[in-house]
Amino acid sequence: MARTCLVVDDSRVVRKVARRILETHGYAVVEAADGQEALNACRAAMPDCVLLDWNMPVMDGITFLRNLRQEFGPENPCVVFCTTENDMDHIEQAITSGAQEYIMKPFDEEILIGKLAQVGLL
Amino acid sequence: MTAPLSNAAFDVFANLLKTRSGLVIGQDKVYLLETRLASILKREGLADLNALADKLRHLGAEAIARDVVEAMTTNESFFFRDDKPFQHFKTQALPRLLAARAPGVPIRIWSAASSSGQEAYSLAMILAEARTVIGDRKIEIIGTDLAREQVARARTGVYSQFEVQRGLPVQFLMRYFKKEEGGWRISDQLRAMVQFREWNLLGDLRPLGKFDIVFCRNVLIYFDQPTKAKVLEATAALMPEDGLLYLGGAETVLGITAKFAPLAGERGVYGLATSAAHGPRVTAGVA
Ligand SMILES: C[S@@+](CC[C@H](N)C(=O)[O-])C[C@H]1O[C@@H](n2cnc3c(N)ncnc32)[C@H](O)[C@@H]1O
Repeated sequence: MARTCLVVDDSRVVRKVARRILETHGYAVVEAADGQEALNACRAAMPDCVLLDWNMPVMDGITFLRNLRQEFGPENPCVVFCTTENDMDHIEQAITSGAQEYIMKPFDEEILIGKLAQVGLL
Repeated sequence: MTAPLSNAAFDVFANLLKTRSGLVIGQDKVYLLETRLASILKREGLADLNALADKLRHLGAEAIARDVVEAMTTNESFFFRDDKPFQHFKTQALPRLLAARAPGVPIRIWSAASSSGQEAYSLAMILAEARTVIGDRKIEIIGTDLAREQVARARTGVYSQFEVQRGLPVQFLMRYFKKEEGGWRISDQLRAMVQFREWNLLGDLRPLGKFDIVFCRNVLIYFDQPTKAKVLEATAALMPEDGLLYLGGAETVLGITAKFAPLAGERGVYGLATSAAHGPRVTAGVA
């Protein structure tokens, strides 16, 4: 069965780019436009991996992550942040809140795929 | 419009590159000359590559010749490139070396075409992570490259956002880098573990000393067979009987030199042929 990735980003363009890359590498992709939608999606069907933007309306990425970990435990799904926030404070906050990896936008196929390989999801 | 590159001018470049750096270029690589030498043409106020070739034919063009050679190098590198060799180093080579060497004897590691330094620093990170087993053992990492600009970059240890996302786990970014204006700077702790020097692989390698571990990756691909053989044989002469050589994904010793033999069951890792004949060594530990 194909691995699933939930792409959480308020930009349709970013979701589309990520989807294209992930699908080329055999992933089935689900999209969410904010943290609340993402949480609902996880409750409906847990993905293998979440690609997570930080700044979004309704519920931001870090709040989603904290809720997710509280509800479903520390390990699964694997969460990879993918955001324009590129300072050490944000990175540390993300990792201590339970993200496994961190991508600083802009990203390309090589970076996304490389990070997924690093967390053992390729 | 500039004149097309004459055969004679092409030969000037091809010969220069072949003798100075080992780089072999065919006629199909004229576009590479054009793109990579454009800034030298501009700086020197030359109309085209023919004019640059003219200049190179004359004595006293040493400085420009060197710039041309360095401009033609391919410097792409990234942290933990291909991952496997670094895993092998960490889990096999390092523990075995620590067991095989007397505590007072320094272990020496060579990144033989270190470019902007990612390979050498990846090794330094592995050592830093293994601090507790290494204790106060002395381990030296030497990175060498022909290109002065790359050696300088490696010494500075500042990488772009793009570069720190290629191959580098975020945990290591957090532990070993600091963000500053121009990018991400590697910690002084890691910089102190690595020494970068300007060195040509075609020259005499013996002054570099002995190396237990050699990473010579993604550089032999640019050389012709005799040059590959020469560099590999000179490298073998720097290594103790149980030394290990790591090559890039598209490189091999097979059909090039009998000095090295692949380790059984490993890709890209080689031991000296004399000792490889005595059986698999890396997994044998200290029997
Ligand atoms: C593609 S990089 C490889 C970097 C690193 N080893 C890796 O695998 O990522 C090749 C490097 O070899 C260097 N190089 C090419 N010819 C050389 C020579 N004759 N002596 C020393 N360095 C050389 C170039 O300057 C360049 O930085």
